[in-house]
Amino acid sequence: MAKRIDIKDVNIYYGKFHAVDSVTLSVPPRSVTAFIGPSGCGKSTVLRSLNRMHEVTPGARVEGQVLLDGEDIYAANVDPVEVRRTIGMVFQRPNPFPTMSIRDNVVAGLRLAGVKNRKRLDEVCERSLRGANLWEEVKDRLDKPGGGLSGGQQQRLCIARAIAVQPDVLLMDEPCSALDPISTLAIEDLITELKQDYTIVIVTHNMQQAARVSDQTAFFNLAGVGQPGRLVEVDDTEKIFSNPSQKATEDYISGRFG
Amino acid sequence: MSDSTLADRSASAQETPRRARVSHGTLEPSRGGAASSPDTPEGPISTANTAQGEPASTPVRRPGDRVFRGAAVGSGAFIVVLIAAIGLFLLLQAVPALRANQVGFLTSGVWNTTDPNGLQFGILYLLWVTVATSVLALALAMPVSLGIALFLTHYAPRRLARPFAYVVDLLAAVPSIIFGLWGIKVLGPTLVPVAEWLSRNLGFVPLFAPGNVSIGGAGNVFTAGVVLAVMILPVITAVSREVFERTPKEHIEGALALGATKWEMVRTTVIPFGKAGYVSASMLGLGRALGETVALYLILSGTNAAPKLSFFDGGATIASKIALGSGEFNNELTAGAYIAAGLVLFALTFAVNALARTIVAGRKGSA
Ligand SMILES: Nc1ncnc2c1ncn2[C@@H]1O[C@H](COP(=O)(O)OP(=O)(O)OP(=O)(O)O)[C@@H](O)[C@H]1O
Ligand SMILES: [Mg+2]
Repeated sequence: MAKRIDIKDVNIYYGKFHAVDSVTLSVPPRSVTAFIGPSGCGKSTVLRSLNRMHEVTPGARVEGQVLLDGEDIYAANVDPVEVRRTIGMVFQRPNPFPTMSIRDNVVAGLRLAGVKNRKRLDEVCERSLRGANLWEEVKDRLDKPGGGLSGGQQQRLCIARAIAVQPDVLLMDEPCSALDPISTLAIEDLITELKQDYTIVIVTHNMQQAARVSDQTAFFNLAGVGQPGRLVEVDDTEKIFSNPSQKATEDYISGRFG
Repeated sequence: MSDSTLADRSASAQETPRRARVSHGTLEPSRGGAASSPDTPEGPISTANTAQGEPASTPVRRPGDRVFRGAAVGSGAFIVVLIAAIGLFLLLQAVPALRANQVGFLTSGVWNTTDPNGLQFGILYLLWVTVATSVLALALAMPVSLGIALFLTHYAPRRLARPFAYVVDLLAAVPSIIFGLWGIKVLGPTLVPVAEWLSRNLGFVPLFAPGNVSIGGAGNVFTAGVVLAVMILPVITAVSREVFERTPKEHIEGALALGATKWEMVRTTVIPFGKAGYVSASMLGLGRALGETVALYLILSGTNAAPKLSFFDGGATIASKIALGSGEFNNELTAGAYIAAGLVLFALTFAVNALARTIVAGRKGSA
């Protein structure tokens, strides 16, 4: 299941604006890679290029290659819908479908993929909710709307929804930034569990979080206003936080940035 | 008149605050003003009297606030009074005629008002034609509007969407009389083969059976419904478009990230989000169709016989019947008969608009 990602010389543009300059980096399977860096340096942009989500934005364009176990997701014959089925995504703001029940939210992806068997859907629903550490809290109200949960529960519901389709990769864009510390810890624990099965890339502004959950950390930075963001360095998380090879990284993680 | 209720009310409600704001430069947020005084609708006047020289007593209330509030309450009350007055006017005028009526107004369909001393008027046939044309129009316009609105918001390339939306809006600006002329002279004759085919092949269904007027003349409910559909299309499209446009980006991206195709995304997020708005937009359109007069006056061929419950019969709607009868208004009693019919239309459009509002309010409550 879990697959390896190789980003090769990726440049990303919003219309004429060059947002990200030449990023090259590899994400090993069954590991957590954290993207850190100041606001506007292109973390979300790079993350969204990994499942072709940027194509939702008019004018956004990616040059370069993103290889999933060696296969370029930007190859001419690849359908972005297929890409997104195998590379799941969790967003900054929890976004369960408000008109759907908790159960329907979890199995929404399977339904889209054409699974109709009720028994199978129920099994996956339970397994995914257990996987997202939400089962005990919601098992008695699976038919209630997903919007009725707390923010932290909604975010775990979104994770359950993402893992229900058993993707190869899980992308998370600041999944805890709207949550309280306890829910954050719950999600961090969950990420640590999920990496047994998935390749995970997470964007975070929280250094401790990056240090706690990730195996590898990539630091992005901006050369200046209006300049494209770029990857400064990527290394083992331990090394980045103890002995980074770039001065800019050290300044940023020690809070001496800017 | 009927088309005015919803749209005009909201327009005037928006206008007043804007005027108040301009005249005062600043607009303070109200500070508990609403709870503190049992204001009468004559707010603006009393405000003007007490504004100067008032000691800094109980909660501070800025003049701007008071004028704003007074104007809002005043205009709101004015509208309510106006509507009540119209209703009352219709009722008072109708009562003498209803007393003199020799058939049951709500149970009969004949309309014979040539002799003021032997008035016979019932609403049934008019009501049937009114409802049939409007509902047919709605049934035709709803799916088309939905398609156009979804196309404009989620499928059309940006460069195309704007001008196309503009063209649809332009359709709303075409006067009804033009639609009427076009309907009876151009569209009706074009539809005749369709109508003939339908009545030949589906004639066993009462709705498609031949009526009292010839299908070749095109002056039937079918033509009227199609023309009305074109007329209400822009209203439904414009309102639905705005609702669909407001689908939260998070939901759209959430669906796409799960591997939804464009249509699946629209089905799982845009439509559920916009459903209530779309339904109430359709109710607005229905309200407009029910009250449409001139176009139907031109299109429908009159008949005195009891109408068949068929799309291919003629007749008159309540509104077009009133327009047709304008020559008889010099007699109070006869006029009263038409006013009674107007009252039914008034109640009908009012109910439809109220229904639209309830649906919208229900959605806000649940979201
Ligand atoms: N939809 C868009 N259209 C145009 N420019 C965009 C768009 N989204 C992002 N950008 C630009 O691309 C650059 C990178 O943005 P991005 O959202 O990737 O930053 P980020 O690192 O995720 O920031 P943050 O930490 O604040 O989320 C910014 O200069 C931003 O203004
Ligand atoms: Mg971001």
